[in-house]
Amino acid sequence: MLKNRHIQGWLQASPLTLILIGFLILPIITIVVVSFWQATEFSIIPAFSLENYQFLFGSPVTYKVFFATFKYALITWAMTLAIGFTVAYYLAFHIRSQTMQIALFLLCTIPFWTSNIIRMISWIPFLGRNGIANSALQSWGIIDQPLEWLLYSDFSVILAFVHLYTLFMVVPIFNTMTRIDHSLIEAARDNGASGFQTLIHVIFPLTKPGIMIGTIFVLTLVMGDFITVRFMSGSQKANVGRLISNDIALLQYPSAAATAVILLITVLIVIGILLRFVDIRKEL
Amino acid sequence: MSKMRYSRRAVLKGGAAAAAASAIPAPMVWAQEIKDITLRQFGTGVSNLNDVGQKVKEDLGFTLEMTALDSDSVTQRAATQPDSFDIADIEYWICKKVWPTGNLQAMDVSKIKNYDKIVGIFKDGRLTPESTLAQGTAPHTVGFVEGEGSKTFATEQTNWMTLIPTIYNADTLGIRPDLIGRPIETWAELLNPEFKGKASLLDISSIGIMDMAMVCEAMGEVQYGDKGNMTREEIDKTFAIFTEAKKNGQFRAFWKTFDESVNLMASGEVVIQSMWSPAITAVKSRGIPCVYQPLKEGYRSWGGGIGLSANLSGMALDAAYEYINWYLSGWVGGYLMRQGYYSAVPETSKEFMTENEWGYWFEGKPATDIITSPTGDTLAQAGETRDGGSFYDRMGHVACWNAVMDENQYMVRKWNEFIAS
Repeated sequence: MLKNRHIQGWLQASPLTLILIGFLILPIITIVVVSFWQATEFSIIPAFSLENYQFLFGSPVTYKVFFATFKYALITWAMTLAIGFTVAYYLAFHIRSQTMQIALFLLCTIPFWTSNIIRMISWIPFLGRNGIANSALQSWGIIDQPLEWLLYSDFSVILAFVHLYTLFMVVPIFNTMTRIDHSLIEAARDNGASGFQTLIHVIFPLTKPGIMIGTIFVLTLVMGDFITVRFMSGSQKANVGRLISNDIALLQYPSAAATAVILLITVLIVIGILLRFVDIRKEL
Repeated sequence: MSKMRYSRRAVLKGGAAAAAASAIPAPMVWAQEIKDITLRQFGTGVSNLNDVGQKVKEDLGFTLEMTALDSDSVTQRAATQPDSFDIADIEYWICKKVWPTGNLQAMDVSKIKNYDKIVGIFKDGRLTPESTLAQGTAPHTVGFVEGEGSKTFATEQTNWMTLIPTIYNADTLGIRPDLIGRPIETWAELLNPEFKGKASLLDISSIGIMDMAMVCEAMGEVQYGDKGNMTREEIDKTFAIFTEAKKNGQFRAFWKTFDESVNLMASGEVVIQSMWSPAITAVKSRGIPCVYQPLKEGYRSWGGGIGLSANLSGMALDAAYEYINWYLSGWVGGYLMRQGYYSAVPETSKEFMTENEWGYWFEGKPATDIITSPTGDTLAQAGETRDGGSFYDRMGHVACWNAVMDENQYMVRKWNEFIAS
């Protein structure tokens, strides 16, 4: 009987295990293996070599690009958090009727019904040298010369990131906020806490899991992105994703794999650190 | 109203072309079986045209499926997925990369009907007997192999051709004359601080490095032994100059696709950049002045051709030869030449163009009437001449061809660094 249950357990777990092995573990192992190979234009040489990693760690460009990746990730994170938290707070605590809450929440998601790429590219004519932003500012007399840094700069890249990924902050934070017991807030008020004190000492600690989930979403999305950086910087800036995509375009698979392995390790470390702060599973 | 007129013209022209094509007898022996054949062609956007697919169905009876990709993806696919295509429409420098994989098979020249009429550039590298040889991966250097299964290129014409040349052109810088307001005569202007934040370069390493080399040579900063086959030292010097320019904010953006280059130019973000001929046309067709500026150092040229997959055999192979012969018989050539490219066999294309079109596109004469594209857009008014002039003026001044160099791996890494720096 006991043995039977044992087998049953294994059987129940096996579909997920097989899927994870086939579509997650094996591809990652392949990437790791390929990262030690060598390639020429038209063939891949399966011989163990550390050359890819030596080149990667030996090039100052790598460090610069990783730094840029972190810079994008951090700034985007801070801004999406500020906007996301505010929006979620407003929805959860200032809108009384639940219908209205849901309606406004759905409103937030409307831009996400169009493709990522379209939302991103639509910034380009807006921010361009002769774009709407510049011509409006010029006609208002605020500036004489068009602002060059609006487009094809770090500014435009981060703007697009924030625009694309704020919802990933709003959703989990809103979700945890709606589950905060309102009697806790009443208790805080009864004990004489000001609105700000309630926010800092009651609401914020209780929304930490939501913030953490949103953080993980935003950080992984930004750190793995390459297309936003390519389009919004006019190919002038680079993050790690672009390094990988350039390598792939130029048929340098092993070198791309090595960069991917390093990126994966970096992201895992970041997430590991984040999970030290909050035990998501316990608090969900 | 005027739109109506053009479309009627286009219809009439199409009809005339179709009538002319059907007058050329196609072998009908295996006409029945060939209907079931499907050939899968892939290549860069320039020659993968749906109109060509339709015309093949009409004239030859079989189906041609076409996939358009960018140059990098084309190389990747030709090198790594030999089963995914029957016909590869690739550039000569891609051929140099891909041929050693054995994914393509050499073509028997004796089966190519119009071989004798193919322009000399693709055979011995000389446009006219007096022409000098250009640098880079010139088509004739990778156009032939020693024997049927050979993986090394022959130094002279043999009976085995790697690619059948289909389309080629001479590239130069595109400029916005209205925003620059003075004559541009040299490649060196790309890095002129006057155009700070208003220049662009294409982000395809094997082509971009050539434009860079043209610029550095024109500036007198670097002397190259062969721009198409640089030494590491030459590569380093070239990138040093461009990296510095990039850091100083010379470039507004880099572009990778045709549409990006059109948008950069049309929106005024960029006033001088590497560009392709039809992109100039696309900017002009929006009513924005744009010139494909001939420069004193000469053109950077490229050429493409169709190659056969090593997997093709039997009836499908026969169909592929039939397709190649049809390709060179003039209709496609005329179609491409009316877009501003050149056909490998110009004389057969002449029959499919009006005298005005032939004069404008090939002979460099002023247009006697409105010049329209194959799809009916107006490209030039009566009295205008083509930028750069006649075929011999343009193709006769090729300084180098798009290339893959021996130090390609090194160059690619430096390119990656340049983009990331």
